[in-house]
Amino acid sequence: MSGDTFATPQTQDRDVLLDVRGVQKIYTGHGRTVEAIRDLTFSVGRGELVCIVGPSGAGKTTLLKCIAGLLEPTAGTVTLDGQRVTRPPQSMAVVFQEYGRSLYPWKTVQQNVELPLKQKKLPKARRQELVNEALAAVGLGEVHDAYPWQLSGGMQQRVAIARAVAYQPQVLLMDEPFAAVDAQTRADLEDLIRSLWHKLGVTILFVTHDIEESVYLGQRVLVLSSSPTVVMEDLPIDLPDERSQLETRSGRRFAELRHHVYEQIQLAKHRKGSEPGPDATPDVVAHGNAV
Amino acid sequence: MSIDAPTRRAGTMPARRQSGLPDWSLGLFGLVAFAGVLELLPRTGVISERYFPPFSAMVGALVEAMGTDTFWSATGETLQAWGIGLAIALVAGVGLGLLIGSVPILQRLTASTVEFLRPVPSVALIPLAVLVFGITNIRSTLLLIVYAAFWQVLIQAIYGVQDVDPVARETARSYQLGRWARLRHLVWPTALPYVMTGVRLGAAVALILAVTAGIVGIGQGLGWLIVRAQSGNDVPTIYGIVLFTGLLGVVVNLLARALERRALAWHSSVRADLGG
Repeated sequence: MSGDTFATPQTQDRDVLLDVRGVQKIYTGHGRTVEAIRDLTFSVGRGELVCIVGPSGAGKTTLLKCIAGLLEPTAGTVTLDGQRVTRPPQSMAVVFQEYGRSLYPWKTVQQNVELPLKQKKLPKARRQELVNEALAAVGLGEVHDAYPWQLSGGMQQRVAIARAVAYQPQVLLMDEPFAAVDAQTRADLEDLIRSLWHKLGVTILFVTHDIEESVYLGQRVLVLSSSPTVVMEDLPIDLPDERSQLETRSGRRFAELRHHVYEQIQLAKHRKGSEPGPDATPDVVAHGNAV
Repeated sequence: MSIDAPTRRAGTMPARRQSGLPDWSLGLFGLVAFAGVLELLPRTGVISERYFPPFSAMVGALVEAMGTDTFWSATGETLQAWGIGLAIALVAGVGLGLLIGSVPILQRLTASTVEFLRPVPSVALIPLAVLVFGITNIRSTLLLIVYAAFWQVLIQAIYGVQDVDPVARETARSYQLGRWARLRHLVWPTALPYVMTGVRLGAAVALILAVTAGIVGIGQGLGWLIVRAQSGNDVPTIYGIVLFTGLLGVVVNLLARALERRALAWHSSVRADLGG
C-alpha cells in the first residue's frame, strides 16, 4: 500500500462544530501520576460522523469525557460551536457503554427518555411528542411503560439512544456503545446509527475499539496511539454513503481501509505519543479486526 | 425482539417445595410443634408450672386480658409512642443522612461522632429522660424510641446516598440535571432500598423500646401491663402479654416488608430480571 492511497482530509474550509486543541489529561492521586492523554488535536465539522479508534487503554473514554465536559483536561481546550466547554453543554448528549447503569431502573422507558426534557423545561405536550418520535425512530414504539430491565440489552441501548435523540443535541457522543451487545444486535444498531445520522443531520463522534465498526460507520476515522495518547492518523473513509452490512463489508475498498487501520493500530500498540509517526509498514499481518 | 409478558413478582414465584409440602405449611407445622412442646413441658412436670404455665394457660390469660379496656388502651399507647417515635426518627434520620451522605467533608467530620453515639444503649438514657420530661410524659418514651431508631435510619441513609452509580451520575450531569433534580431522580431512588432496611430495623427496635418504657415505669403501655401482672403474681398473664408483643413484632416486620416490596418493585432484590 502506498502512502497516497489514503488522502489527508481537507480541514481548511469546513464549518467546524467541535474543536479539540492540545488536550492533555494527567490523572494524579495515590502518589503517582498517569498521563492518559498527551496531546490531542482534531476538529469535527458540522454534520460529520467521525469515529475514534485506538488500542485498549488509549484513553478513549478519558477523551470523550473531556469533550463531554465531565472531566476537566489538564491542558488544552475543547470548543463547541465557538463556546469553550467547561461543563456539560446543553447541546451535547452522551450515550454510554454501560446502558444498564446509565438508564434508571426505577423509571419506565418513557420516564427515562422524558427526564432530560423536563430539565429543559419543555411543556408536557412537546415532551410527549419528542419521546414518541425518539422511541419510534429507534424502533421501540411499543415499550413506553416497560422498565429498562425488562428489555434485552440491545433494546436497552436503543432506549439510551432514544433519550439522546429526544434531547435534540447538536453533537452526539457515543462511548463504545455497542461493546456489550451480541454481534447481530450490534450490526442492527450500527445501521440504526447511520440512519439516525442521515435523518437528523446530527454530528456524531463515535468511540470504539472495533476497527471494522469504525470503518463501517465513519466518514472519517481518527486512529489514536497507545497511552500517552496522540492522534496517529486522520483517515477519510471514501466508501459510498449508502452502506449495508453485507455489501459494504465484503467490498474491496472496505478491506483495504480495515487493513490500513489495523496496521496503524498494531503500530500504535508499540508506539507512544512522544515518538514520530512513520508510515504504515507493510510487513504487519492482519489476523483479525478487534484490537 | 419483543418484551416478555408482565414481570413476575418475587411473591408470585412458585413456592419451593420440600417433601411435597409448601414452605408456609412447614412453618406452620413448626409453630404448632413449638406450642405443643410449651404445653407438654409443664404438664409432664419437666419444669415447674408455677413459673412456666402450659401454653393453653398463657393463651387463656391473654384472651382474658384482651377482654378488658385497660389492655387495649395500653396497646394503643404503646403503638402510638412507637408510631410517633419511628416517624420522628425516620424524618430526622433520612434528612440528616441525605445531607451528610452527599457532603463528603460533613461525613468525615461526623463519622467518629456517629460511631461513638450509635452504640450507646437507649435504655441508658432512661434516668435522663425522666429528669428532663418526667415519668408520665410521653416525651420520655419518645426520647428512648427516637434515639434507638434514629441511628438505624441515619446509617442506612448515609450508605445509600454513597451508593449512587458513577455512570448514572455522569448521565445526570451530562443531561444538565440540577442539584434538586439529581436528589429527586437519582440520589433518593438509589438510597431508598437502604432507607427501607433502616425503616425495618428501626421499626423493630422502636417497638422494643416502646415496651421497655412501660416496664421501667414510664408511661402505661404494654410494658406497664406486664409489670402489673408481675406484682399480682399472675404468671400466665405475663406470658400472655409477652406473646402478644411478639405478635406485634411479627406484624410490624410483615408491614415493613410489604412496604419495601411495594416501593422497590424495580429493585433487583424484588424484580424478576428479564434483560440480558
